[in-house]
Amino acid sequence: MLKFIATRLLQAIPVIFIVITATFFLVRAAPGGPFDDEKVVLPEVKRALEAQYKLDLPLHEQYLAYLSDLANGDLGPSFKYPGRSVNEILFSGLPVTAELGFYALMIALVIGVLAGVAAALKPNTRQDYIPMTLAMIGICMPSFLLGPLLVLVFGIYLEWLPISGWGAIPGDKILPSITLGAAYAAYIARLSRAGMLEVLSQDYIRTARAKGLPEWKVVTKHALRGGLIPVIAFLGPAFAGLLAGSFVVETIFQIPGLGRFYVQAAFNRDYTMILGTTVFLSTLIVLFNLLSDITAAWLNPRLRAQFKGGA
Amino acid sequence: MATVIRTNNALPWIPLLLAVLISLLTGCGTGESNVVQGNRNGILHYGNGAEPQGLDPHVVTGVPENHLIRALFEGLAVKNPVTLEPEPGVAERWTFNDDRTVITFYLNPDARWSNGDQVTASDYVWSWNRALHPMTGNLYAYMLYPVKNAERYAKGEIDDFADVGVKALDDTTLEVTLNAPTPYFIQLMDHYSTFAVHPETLMQFGEMTDRFTPWTRVGNIVSNGAFVLTDWALNRHIKMAKNPHYWDRENVSLNGVVFYPTENEVSEERMFRVEQLHRTEGVPLDKVPVYRAIADSPYMQDPYLGTYYYLINTDREPVNDVRVRKALSMAVDREQLARTVMQEVVIPAYSITPPNTLGYHPPKLFDFNPEMARELLAEAGYPNGDGWPGLEVIYNTNEAHRKIAVAVQQMWKKHLNIDVTISNQEWKVYLNAVSQRDFQVARRGWIGDYVDPNNFLDLFITDGGNNNTGYADERYDDMILQQAPRATNQEERFKIFYDAETMLMEQMPIIPIYTYATRHLVHPSVEGMTPNLMDSLNLKYVKLVPGRRLPQELQ
Amino acid sequence: MSVSQPTNESTAVLADAEQGSSLWHDAWIRLSKNRMAVSGGIVLIFMVVVALLTPWIAPYDYEVQNLDLGAQPPSLQHWLGTDVFGRDLLTQIMYGGRISLAVGFIATAVALSIGVTWGAIAGYVGGRVDAVMMRLVDILYALPFMIFIVLLMVVFGRNVLLLFLAIGAVEWLTMARIMRSQVQSLRQQEFVEAAISLGLSPAAIIRRHVVPNALGPIIVYTTLTIPSVMLLEAFLSFLGLGIQPPQTSWGLLISYGAETMEEYPWLLIFPGLALTITLFSLNFLGDGLRDALDVRGSKD
Repeated sequence: MLKFIATRLLQAIPVIFIVITATFFLVRAAPGGPFDDEKVVLPEVKRALEAQYKLDLPLHEQYLAYLSDLANGDLGPSFKYPGRSVNEILFSGLPVTAELGFYALMIALVIGVLAGVAAALKPNTRQDYIPMTLAMIGICMPSFLLGPLLVLVFGIYLEWLPISGWGAIPGDKILPSITLGAAYAAYIARLSRAGMLEVLSQDYIRTARAKGLPEWKVVTKHALRGGLIPVIAFLGPAFAGLLAGSFVVETIFQIPGLGRFYVQAAFNRDYTMILGTTVFLSTLIVLFNLLSDITAAWLNPRLRAQFKGGA
Repeated sequence: MATVIRTNNALPWIPLLLAVLISLLTGCGTGESNVVQGNRNGILHYGNGAEPQGLDPHVVTGVPENHLIRALFEGLAVKNPVTLEPEPGVAERWTFNDDRTVITFYLNPDARWSNGDQVTASDYVWSWNRALHPMTGNLYAYMLYPVKNAERYAKGEIDDFADVGVKALDDTTLEVTLNAPTPYFIQLMDHYSTFAVHPETLMQFGEMTDRFTPWTRVGNIVSNGAFVLTDWALNRHIKMAKNPHYWDRENVSLNGVVFYPTENEVSEERMFRVEQLHRTEGVPLDKVPVYRAIADSPYMQDPYLGTYYYLINTDREPVNDVRVRKALSMAVDREQLARTVMQEVVIPAYSITPPNTLGYHPPKLFDFNPEMARELLAEAGYPNGDGWPGLEVIYNTNEAHRKIAVAVQQMWKKHLNIDVTISNQEWKVYLNAVSQRDFQVARRGWIGDYVDPNNFLDLFITDGGNNNTGYADERYDDMILQQAPRATNQEERFKIFYDAETMLMEQMPIIPIYTYATRHLVHPSVEGMTPNLMDSLNLKYVKLVPGRRLPQELQ
Repeated sequence: MSVSQPTNESTAVLADAEQGSSLWHDAWIRLSKNRMAVSGGIVLIFMVVVALLTPWIAPYDYEVQNLDLGAQPPSLQHWLGTDVFGRDLLTQIMYGGRISLAVGFIATAVALSIGVTWGAIAGYVGGRVDAVMMRLVDILYALPFMIFIVLLMVVFGRNVLLLFLAIGAVEWLTMARIMRSQVQSLRQQEFVEAAISLGLSPAAIIRRHVVPNALGPIIVYTTLTIPSVMLLEAFLSFLGLGIQPPQTSWGLLISYGAETMEEYPWLLIFPGLALTITLFSLNFLGDGLRDALDVRGSKD
């Protein structure tokens, strides 16, 4: 098991390294520099600016400088917001996106697991078809379609819920969280249904039932653990997807989170911001993937046995 | 429904989780809108467009930054909100010498920084040094170029600031020497890049020309305007409170302002409708007819000193031929554009300078004339569009720009039978293309920095940084740079401008499209937000009247 | 993961491409019994046919504007209404569908070719080559692709070709993994051993015996990749990074519609319906295929 963790950790390092390098060169390759502006940038002014941000150094030197800063945890100053460091901006947006993602994930888990388990318990009946069709809608409706529709219905026609902001008006967190979580609720519903179906057909479940255990105990104590493995394994990629989804949801609902900062930084050619956010987010994603893989492996008795024998 | 989830299947922790989730999501609050609360407390809630880059007057550019800096700082002179004539600001009066090349500003001895220090003339000398220093990277440094030797200093040709024409004769007397008489110079003193900053505060955090420093943070920043900075939550809000040391504080009615970064016009309008904002930065075009139809509408539309036009790269085929350029320009039905796509928010433009700029009226050399356009195109070698090599129009990503580009593309197809591609580029790429002149036709807008035709006409001097068209004519340069400044009166000056502009438009290096208008939504409880040609707002004149609400139809 | 092996052993020998007809035949019967999948298939075919015939059957010219008309709700002349330029919405949706479906199919095809080839080689050859190839896949898999695609599109500009490549580059990884594990398990089969002993070249074996047998999961996965590709394109277009005007796609139409949904809700609803229904069909079809071919996927 430990070997498994170690191997995966070791694997993660080249990944992050590639991310940093690729992003660095990609961003620098882009046309348009961070200091272009509508009023003409006089050449002498531009030169002064570039000197200050070390953009006049040869590329490989900039790269090395960046790497050494990174090692100290310093993501550099933002080009777009002079006076603010990337760390600062990241950490101002992080709690917001984290909160949004958390709610979305919780909604997704709660609704998804409930729906999936319910469907698996009575396959091919209405208890199965209805949640699964709703799940399909969740998967097929992109967040930038669902979001505006929810806004239209609940915010504008019914006027039940606020339609922008985060934490400014009570209840303004509901629509964004649902919009972001909906697709994942759908995936989780399908996954948990499939997982539960597989587990419920196993011998040990039949044994438990034969022993006379009440159904709900059978489900919660025996089936759930194995049945939810695919869900746990999914959490890693779900996390990455949630972050991507946050770009859209934060834009639609005007939420001051990382996703929006990232998209803006990309458009503004705010080199350090793009780099910093990419490195940060990628590291998070890699870690999350690692965590979810490990948890899934740990929960799966068969895989655990495999690992005892070395990866 | 026959089959229902049996309750004894329900996992027991689910309801608990749901309850926690719901309470977290709904949060708590008073339920009173910002506007109602604000009216009671004298706090203005202001939709400000984008999150600002920063608050340093010598570093940042942009309209949102402009609003914030002007609330925090004040210049030597301010503008009257209605007439835009210069009025005393930090300087209580100023005098000119005989040939109007030396201006002496007499600072108000009561003018103070927010920490109580007096605002002195040497603060200005220090600040203009900073504003002009090449290392500071002030993109608006050129605003001070009328000052003697300022341009040479900014370009690094001289490096002793003592040679630049600004001197502190004593604490309250500032003497400014100009290269030549500049009628609009006092107006420039109201532009934030000429504002003074507090030298001691800046020096606490680094060198004069450092751009990174935290001097603009809450708690550090020292400013001399009607308001002081009290809170800045990135991407959420910027809060200001009344400045107790401001020399004119008696006349400031507001107790504070909260600025919101409202990038999305559609969301901003919704915030306004639920009374979370007193004033919006923009109004989505599609909402305009709705607002116009209401009695006592909060919709405010006013002329704005700016022109929206298409730049033409006169060195590229097929637009290097003046007949082609004229044909393209005459085939655009500006009236229809203004009426339909732009919801009558704008006025068609046929020249670069907006009409009635300080009383100046630009020449109009042509009109929408598809037949003549076709003739010209045929003369140029593309009868009925035959042999047309194609043309690309670039514009920066924006809903309105797209709409216009799509409409114009279609007009050219319909009236001239030519195929034109349009390509939206995001901001930085677009700017790069324009400055590198890597385009055939590019959308552009120019908003005046000060109210004077010179601001528009000097765009097209040979190799001007904002020219981007390749138009170069020595006679034009001479008229704008030499003759006009030496005119003895306004009438003469304007005549020179008129002739120059006629010469310019005969070559059609641009396709003027429309003159801007600003559009805002302003809550009925707000008074003192007088519209003016520069959309220049001075919050010290704003007053809030409690008890007023939005018209019924909007609620 | 497992796949039903051809029950009829005799056919799984060195004969040519003709596979166990009973496998496909069985699958077909099972599929046709699945109502959702069948309706999905029909709707999909309808969409594709309409998309192909669009230049001939669209009611209006796609580019002609009628500025004075502006945005109008559905009426007899314009069944789905018009957009702010006075252009017929039904026509816009039809042309948008062409692009959206094209992106979907082409990008998936790109992903398919790369993924299948990669996975087949890795799975067949095994050993060091396999380890290296799959390690690469693992590393690439961990990259946060959404972030990179945004960056790629911002950096290199919006060019439809690049879009196909970028999207295809994201999706091939899972395809490769599936193919590899298919190939690995098939490799052990006797008929492959027999083929080797007969001296057939690896390429021929892969082509004639391995790939056809692995088709099941490939088909399923492909059918399920198309909707995810279409969603990706819509997502990028929404951010302004995908398809550019004057071309249109469902994603673009939806993003424009969302902006004016209060005044002109039909501009959001109809393109939204078009996209959702198509994705629905593809997903149901894919699910049906998966059930029919009795494929149990490891990744959903």
